[in-house]
Amino acid sequence: MRVMEATKSHLEIKEAELIQRACNGDKEAFYSLVHPCEGAIYSVAVSILNNPEDAEEAVQEAVLKALSHLTDFRGEAKFSTWLIRITINEARLKLRRDRRHLYESVDEQRASEHGEYFPKDFADWREVPSEALQRKELGEALKRAIASLPLKYREVLILRDVQQLRIEEVARILGITEGSVKTRLLRARLQMRDALAPGIDGSWNSGKQEYRKVRPW
Amino acid sequence: MKVIEISCLEVWREISNYIDNDVDAELRARMEAHFKVCAHCTAVLDGTRNVVKLVGDGIEYLVPEGFSRRLYNKIKSA
Repeated sequence: MRVMEATKSHLEIKEAELIQRACNGDKEAFYSLVHPCEGAIYSVAVSILNNPEDAEEAVQEAVLKALSHLTDFRGEAKFSTWLIRITINEARLKLRRDRRHLYESVDEQRASEHGEYFPKDFADWREVPSEALQRKELGEALKRAIASLPLKYREVLILRDVQQLRIEEVARILGITEGSVKTRLLRARLQMRDALAPGIDGSWNSGKQEYRKVRPW
Repeated sequence: MKVIEISCLEVWREISNYIDNDVDAELRARMEAHFKVCAHCTAVLDGTRNVVKLVGDGIEYLVPEGFSRRLYNKIKSA
């Protein structure tokens, strides 16, 4: 045991120690594990539930579940990966219980693994919207665009592009293959582009004719 | 090396992996050759790259006021 621990990083040892102490009933130790993850678990919860109060409730429920199932955590993944996974499941449960899914966009039903997604326009917007928008407005516009994505794509975008987790970690959290992560990420990014592209208000309609010809629908 | 052409459809399928540097050398070469001659796919690439950058830099889901304290209290009283 000692030889194995000598090869682990300092952080891993610290985490293992904290988990051991938490398993023995040390709640301060447990909170030390949870605290660095607060931003990440809140962001995934609010991206699923679109509501700060519901997100906070879901986070609290998830953290309490983690506390009561701590002995199930075998240390194969990082504690944060495990906690994010529990939080996503809790948020999804809450969504279903509140029947909010009935109000999800129609795209939700069309978002299958087998369908293709084509980019909607080819307007050149190398000029980044942030040059036109204030930072706060940009943040709000981005959040609205993310909220408009089907749930499966939203989760992947939050984990990969907002939380900057690796593909393999995203796959582990969501319980899907890396291939599925990449497919959902592709669609999420293309749909975000469509949601944010300047063509949305029709300003590119007066542009070149050939753009219309190549639209795939 | 002879570069085999690819279609716009194939480019769109791989564009996310391309942005993440997750395509093999051969596919990368084919895509780059395609971008050189296809303004539409270049526009999609630029736009998607912008999205990844904006989402990475521009979004912050700030926890509400008192969030940490309430969470801590929940843990303590569990």
